[in-house]
Amino acid sequence: MKFIDVVQFASGSLRGSRTRSLLMILAMSIGVAAVVVLTALGEGARRYVINQFSSLGTNLVLVFPGRTETAGIGPGMLLGQIPRELSLDDAQALLRSRAVGKIAPLTIGSSQISKDAKNREVIVLGSTSSLLEVRHMSLGKGQFLPAGDVHSSESVCVLGAKINRELFGKESGVGAWVRLGDRRFRVIGIMTSQGESMGFNTDEIVIVPVASAHMLFNTSGLFRILVEAKSRDSVIQAKTDAETILFTRHNGEKDVTVVTQDAVLATFDRILRALTLAVGGIAAISLAVAGILIMNVMLIAVSQRVQEIGLLKALGAPAAQIRSLFFAEAVLLSGVGSVVGLILGEAGVLVIAKLYPSLPVAAPWWAVLAAIGTSLGTGILFSVWPARRAARLDPVTALAGR
Amino acid sequence: MIQFEKVSRSFTVGDQQVAALRGIDLSIAAGDYVSIMGPSGSGKSTLLNLIGLLDRPSSGTYRLDGGDVTSLNDEQQARVRSEKIGFVFQSFHLVPRLTAAMNIELPLMLAGIPVDERRERVAQLLENYGLKDRADHRPDQLSGGQRQRVAIARATSMHPGVLLADEPTGNLDQSTGREVINLLEQLTEQNVTLILVTHDPALGSRARRQLHMVDGQIVSHTGQST
Repeated sequence: MKFIDVVQFASGSLRGSRTRSLLMILAMSIGVAAVVVLTALGEGARRYVINQFSSLGTNLVLVFPGRTETAGIGPGMLLGQIPRELSLDDAQALLRSRAVGKIAPLTIGSSQISKDAKNREVIVLGSTSSLLEVRHMSLGKGQFLPAGDVHSSESVCVLGAKINRELFGKESGVGAWVRLGDRRFRVIGIMTSQGESMGFNTDEIVIVPVASAHMLFNTSGLFRILVEAKSRDSVIQAKTDAETILFTRHNGEKDVTVVTQDAVLATFDRILRALTLAVGGIAAISLAVAGILIMNVMLIAVSQRVQEIGLLKALGAPAAQIRSLFFAEAVLLSGVGSVVGLILGEAGVLVIAKLYPSLPVAAPWWAVLAAIGTSLGTGILFSVWPARRAARLDPVTALAGR
Repeated sequence: MIQFEKVSRSFTVGDQQVAALRGIDLSIAAGDYVSIMGPSGSGKSTLLNLIGLLDRPSSGTYRLDGGDVTSLNDEQQARVRSEKIGFVFQSFHLVPRLTAAMNIELPLMLAGIPVDERRERVAQLLENYGLKDRADHRPDQLSGGQRQRVAIARATSMHPGVLLADEPTGNLDQSTGREVINLLEQLTEQNVTLILVTHDPALGSRARRQLHMVDGQIVSHTGQST
């Protein structure tokens, strides 16, 4: 029997029981569409996070005080040592590396900001003039922190857009004085509203020179140092340079953690990809359910078409041929189901993209392949038993319709 | 050439063995016209099923065209059925979703005969059996006589040497029944062996050889083997 005849015969018998075939295709396509839409959502979330990360800056190397030991307990832990803090001079020293372009030291704390009778709690960021470029922030009005000696504690501050709105209403607060904790600061600039990024709302912060922040919070350490490498290729060099410079400055002790932004990104990437896989896997369960439905329907088809099977046997069809006929039916069902499901899924993705334009939803190619593969696979797998059952029928009893 | 040697067939019903055929010895030459008659339960359908290789004997040997076919496996038997045996059933057994032409084409398709040749043969058969204007009708749009003509066309499409008919007129009125029998008898003139199972003595007596069966045995045998 020729392949084309098998396909034609199988599709003919599927058309013969139209409602049943359509319902099967529906079940299969819902499964495929679920895989496509859910993985597209997961993938969208992943891309969203990565975009957010990139908006923090490019070619970044982050330096934290203290050492994160991933291989057992470090000696500092046993001796009860507190890690040495990162100083402003440490930060400045990093500029000696040829791979490093700019640095921005960061100190963070929270304080009360007040203007006349209005006051609120704010997060205060102590940094230098380079922060604006390193973190890809944008200034709305006035100017950013003045360049110059990082040790000078000028009493100037830059307000987040929302803080300015809350203290000064629609007017710009540039030139006015505000009180931060127990000190007075002159507002020299206002950030543009950028909204939330990585759970950190830049609209609700106040930026002051790093030395002023140290005074305000009575500390001398840094929360972290943002290091911008000169180019993408020098990121690794900047990282090793930062490690060596701080190693020598800290008397030969490795008590800082230096990570590249790419490494952090890669971690997030892995986590979210795992999430996407998990969600896709759950959706694939619905495909398995559709596969069992196919098996059920094929079994019904076998028992309803007992006489036809008997006839085919009487006309000289060997068992293998009858198996392949039922097999072809299942493959056609799941194949058409996959195609319809893909169309439905992609349409769903389009709708989601329209509803949430900020989320870059798109089904990854591997999920599309996996969905089609699973649906065809389950269709084939679950048709084995019905097909064998059909092929094993005794022709005499089958012809009698028993 | 069909040769049965001490062929028996018994079925297990519940925990009892019921003998449907008891030691049948039979020889039917090519081109013979044989009718098998007897009351229901006498084993005539079982005998026909054995001849048609739809069933296997419990003991004994069956030779078709000189070769032992009892020892063949299922697949080999399927090929023998495809090439040498045609069936005509009482209830026609047409595939309801296929047109008359496609039903006739079915054995050719299963045998993997090229499309062009298939089309040619089907057209010829439709012509021969006066079904030309019914080619694209499905079985439920055909009369009983037309359905049986489609079934005969289908049974002969592979040019089998043996044609087995189980009560071919059972579901037809008298005049269409006679028409169908005439068609079948014409085939014997082309050296096709026709074996007809019927309980209608009038019909059975038209055959050159007549077998009467009772209780799984051939009790009388009239007519001459040609």
